[in-house]
Amino acid sequence: MTSPLDLDDRSSAPENGQVVGKQNPPAPAAGPSRLVSALLRVGLLPVLLVAGVAVFASIEPRFLTPLNGTNIGRQLSFLLIITMAQMLVLVTAEIDMSVGSTIALTSVVSSMVMVRVGGDGGGPVLAGLLAGLGVGLVIGLINGIIVAKFRVPSFIVTIGSGAVAFGVALMLSSGSPITGLPKSFTKALGNSDIAGVPLSLVIALGVFALLYLLLNWTTVGRYFYAVGGGENAARLVGVPVFRSKVLAFVLCSTLTSLAAVLLTARVSSGEPNLGSEFVILSIAAAVLGGTSFFGGEGRLGMVAIGALFLVVLSNGMNLIRVSSYTQQVVLGVLLVSAVVIDRLRRRTAR
Amino acid sequence: MTHHEEGVVLRAERITKRYLGVKALDQVSFDLRRGEIHALLGENGAGKSTLIKTISGSVRQDEGIISINGRQLGALTPTTAAAHGVGTVFQEMSLVPALSIAENIFLGHEQRRAGLLDKRRMLAGAKQALARIGVDLDPRTPVAGLSRAQMQLVEIARVLHRRSDILILDEPTASLSLGEARRLFEIITELRAQGIGIIYISHRLAEIKELADRVTVLRDGQKIGTIAAAGVTDDRLVEMMSGRTLEKLYPRIEPRPGKVRLRVSGLSGPLLRDVSFEVAAGEIVGLAGLVGSGKSEIGRACFGLEPLTGGTVEIDGRPLSKPSPKRAMRQGMIYYPADRHQEGLVTTGTLRDNITLPSIAAGTMSRFGVLNRREGAARTNRVVEALSIKPADPGRSILGFSGGNQQKALLARSFAKSFPVHVFDEPTVGIDIGAKSDVYEYLNSLCEQGAAVVLISSDTEEILGMSHRIYAVREGRIVADLRGDDLTEENVVRAFFGSRDASVTSGSVHRDQSA
Repeated sequence: MTSPLDLDDRSSAPENGQVVGKQNPPAPAAGPSRLVSALLRVGLLPVLLVAGVAVFASIEPRFLTPLNGTNIGRQLSFLLIITMAQMLVLVTAEIDMSVGSTIALTSVVSSMVMVRVGGDGGGPVLAGLLAGLGVGLVIGLINGIIVAKFRVPSFIVTIGSGAVAFGVALMLSSGSPITGLPKSFTKALGNSDIAGVPLSLVIALGVFALLYLLLNWTTVGRYFYAVGGGENAARLVGVPVFRSKVLAFVLCSTLTSLAAVLLTARVSSGEPNLGSEFVILSIAAAVLGGTSFFGGEGRLGMVAIGALFLVVLSNGMNLIRVSSYTQQVVLGVLLVSAVVIDRLRRRTAR
Repeated sequence: MTHHEEGVVLRAERITKRYLGVKALDQVSFDLRRGEIHALLGENGAGKSTLIKTISGSVRQDEGIISINGRQLGALTPTTAAAHGVGTVFQEMSLVPALSIAENIFLGHEQRRAGLLDKRRMLAGAKQALARIGVDLDPRTPVAGLSRAQMQLVEIARVLHRRSDILILDEPTASLSLGEARRLFEIITELRAQGIGIIYISHRLAEIKELADRVTVLRDGQKIGTIAAAGVTDDRLVEMMSGRTLEKLYPRIEPRPGKVRLRVSGLSGPLLRDVSFEVAAGEIVGLAGLVGSGKSEIGRACFGLEPLTGGTVEIDGRPLSKPSPKRAMRQGMIYYPADRHQEGLVTTGTLRDNITLPSIAAGTMSRFGVLNRREGAARTNRVVEALSIKPADPGRSILGFSGGNQQKALLARSFAKSFPVHVFDEPTVGIDIGAKSDVYEYLNSLCEQGAAVVLISSDTEEILGMSHRIYAVREGRIVADLRGDDLTEENVVRAFFGSRDASVTSGSVHRDQSA
């Protein structure tokens, strides 16, 4: 990932920001101004994250234990995947409100397939995984084609498709959990770890690496940004706008389904009521991480930090016994503030 | 102190308005009498719109005084203008489509009784306002269901209802059929008889000669003169509008026409009528016309951006079936849109993003979908250097560049691959002289390399200064094919305005039939 010539790198700025700073001759002379410019580049979020960690650690000693670290890692893995998925759609100036229902339907369908195939071992797990990813693929195709072909607001389309998916999940499961999942599934996918790092987090980091390459090193990734930042302009230079939008939705839903399968393994049953909170969480994390609600802008690294921030916040608040009601309030305030800051930042940029 | 000349309702004295240092109006004086139709005439950018905007209060002049009915008012606001009886019907409709005619007429001036809307009184008032101009429409009809002509009449009724005795009409016949225009003329003539002073803007010389009492001609923000409309000839008006030596801004090169690279035949669509022309290698061909003439649509249609009902486009002898940007580019045509922000640039991106995107889309900067970022950086540097984009900072947000440099970033699409045909749509709008001359040099260099270059422009000087041949476009058709000694401003302007009276009406009749 070391390119001597740095093509636009919105998604990698936090990672290699220092290197870029050294290469550019007009480096700020004084210490404080360098700090300020670094802050401006990475934004407020890393500071908030560090401050949050410090506050929770000082109040609650259990916060900084290895056990809690594993906990945070596990919680992070689901939100990280779904947030990155949501970000892909946000970058193309669309939104996916159906991720919650996609999780529910994926959980139900993959569980039913595993139970139907029966037995233990790799076979049923693979079947369940493929069925679950298939659910995401179908939902993404439907969302993407309707949005891109008929040019209707994705907000409405995905609320509608989400309602359908949720309804189907309830019908298939009769509203109750599907139990009797293979041990190999719940144990291996849900509870195993590699040197203390939960398997699900390893998978999430793998997805991160792949998406990082996709966004910065492939034509597809550059199309996402171009379509979101100027759909007409992109079309006029020959960018396949329709295909790009459909692909963003398909990737979003399929990745969400991957997270849903991991989540199902974690809760050890197929749950039609799984995942609804991930709609607001994924949007909040992506926007907190600087993804523009208006499309065309977003860095994968910052989005990951956004997801980490929300998980740390929720975990810390749980440990110091902040009620879940209050946590809702905090989340809502954060989301709205992030969007307002995004708007102000764009206004001053012009 | 002001001498109140008999019959003068409005007087604008030595009005000057600058935009970014450019004088849109330069010491222009103008007066309007009671019961007069006073036409304003000039090319695009001559200052007509700016003048009526200062009179209607939507633009504040830098210098000069406006007096109405003998009272010196200085600069006006929309409110004070309306209070003194100035009513304007702009080209852009200002009606709310979802509301009824009556609601639109009373919008902002609703009649109330006991705090609630007095709908009965407003309906009656609206009916009266419509009757005054002889229009028989139910005031309860939603505006959305009206024809453009009817909307225009509703606007006039609304303006008059606010007790205006000065009526400004900005190209009122631009989108009307001949029959509708006739009806409008009757109404305007009737209003004149009622003593209303009317400022009438139109590009149609025949209309002006028929309707107006006096004509004021503007050119480049200056008043050329005010003359009586009776007995004036087209030649005189055309001469007043044009007739100026070109500055040495345009580095025109000698054409070396080779084989035909772009051949368009019989292109037709909602805005185009049987358009045929060809452009050879090594020549710059201008498509000239007024704003709204359809010249831009010709370029857009070739690139698949306008609906077509017929016709063919051939690039290097190969037909371009079902034009789309992608297909056109693949076959060798590239279009440079006029609207930088809406269609030209990805405004959230950096300079580098905008330079490389066309190459990425053309597939010349990647292999199997994986970007060659080294090539991207090299290409960016090449473009920045070749077009002398300043500052040479590829990582800077594109919105951090001046208009001229943004325009150059837009030109970068020609570096995506080698295109035989280039179509430029208003390539120098809103950019400074330095950037303009860079753009012209670039056009010339493409031409010298053997490309066929189409230049679409509303700037008559520019198109005369740069083109080897010119097709004049009016009302969606090519009305003149000018080359050699025929390439004069007078010929071009004459074609714009369709100064042979017969052709003006034939144009309208044509549209009438198609509607």
